[in-house]
Amino acid sequence: MPTPKVKFNETAAKGEILEIKTMIDHDMESGQRKDKDGKLIPRKIVNKFICTLNGKELFHAEMHGAVSANPATNFFITATESGTMEFKWFDDDGSVYAISRQLTVN
Amino acid sequence: MKTSLIALAALFVALAGSAAQADPPFDPKDPKMAPYISGDKRSGYTFAEPETRAMQDDEFLNPASLWVEKGEALWTKPDGKANRSCSSCHGKAEDNMKGVGSVYPKYDIHAGTVINLEQRINMCREKHMAATPWKYESEPLLAMTTFVKMQSRGMPVQVQIDGPAVSYFENGRRFYYERRGMNDLACKHCHEDNWGNHVRTELLSQGMTNGFPTYRLKWQKLGSLHRRLAGCNEEIRAEPYPLGSREYVDLELYLAWRAQGLQVETPSVRK
Repeated sequence: MPTPKVKFNETAAKGEILEIKTMIDHDMESGQRKDKDGKLIPRKIVNKFICTLNGKELFHAEMHGAVSANPATNFFITATESGTMEFKWFDDDGSVYAISRQLTVN
Repeated sequence: MKTSLIALAALFVALAGSAAQADPPFDPKDPKMAPYISGDKRSGYTFAEPETRAMQDDEFLNPASLWVEKGEALWTKPDGKANRSCSSCHGKAEDNMKGVGSVYPKYDIHAGTVINLEQRINMCREKHMAATPWKYESEPLLAMTTFVKMQSRGMPVQVQIDGPAVSYFENGRRFYYERRGMNDLACKHCHEDNWGNHVRTELLSQGMTNGFPTYRLKWQKLGSLHRRLAGCNEEIRAEPYPLGSREYVDLELYLAWRAQGLQVETPSVRK
């Protein structure tokens, strides 16, 4: 079961620019490789990443076959309001890996 | 023999020369590089691309941190018939595992031979936890080895090569200088005679082991030194030895001695 992790300054001043760092441990099996018997190993990657604040989308990324294992997604946001930040990774097999953090903006 | 080796070398030079390969910047006087140099020894870090160095330096973005976290969780997790965890005997890893990783491989009285850190961990599991030893290169063994060795980060590699370790050390040295495989090359041909030169586009390093276990971008995961050694052997078209074998542990001891003085960098990131 992949475990995501997230790091940023959880307390920020209004208007401050925050760098959000995220990473998830995932094999990102590309679907191009073959096993010992020469059969294709089916693709199993995280194909989408979404970050929301109080339900509103802040950032989203679509990922494809060439993305490396353990993908790290870093991005910047401007701190405008406090609330719950949710981070979600969507797997090819339908699983969703989620983690949430509280952001406090003074 | 010598002419054919020169011809081979000339071929490599011709191939590398035409690519106008730009080496990663390295300034020996750069204070940021100081922790990665000891005398004329240079850690693999100094041969890495700036992007790879940045990935290693960032504690969060270093992908090996995922294994460090797994290792940290395993440290306190009871296992085996004795229902003990590593911390039952050793307490806090941050305090009690400091300086442990930097002295392995080491002669162990109970084992009666030189063992590496992976084998020491498995010995603990069998003897004190009554648990099944982890398979070499398995996720938990990699995670635990990395977690333990990381506690020695910044400390110089310091192995004992005298006393009972002498014969193992000599075996390792012999391995290093022995030609093998279809390419008829020894470790020293790349990592002693030709470091800083290219094999096609590959920049040869001094083959220092202070950063292992390392997250290798080619592997897309963390891997042990023995996996790297097996990879090296395959590249020169020699039959690799099994991971954890006598040959590789002895070589690991010799390589640790070569890296003596360099700081433990675990977990490093390499291409």
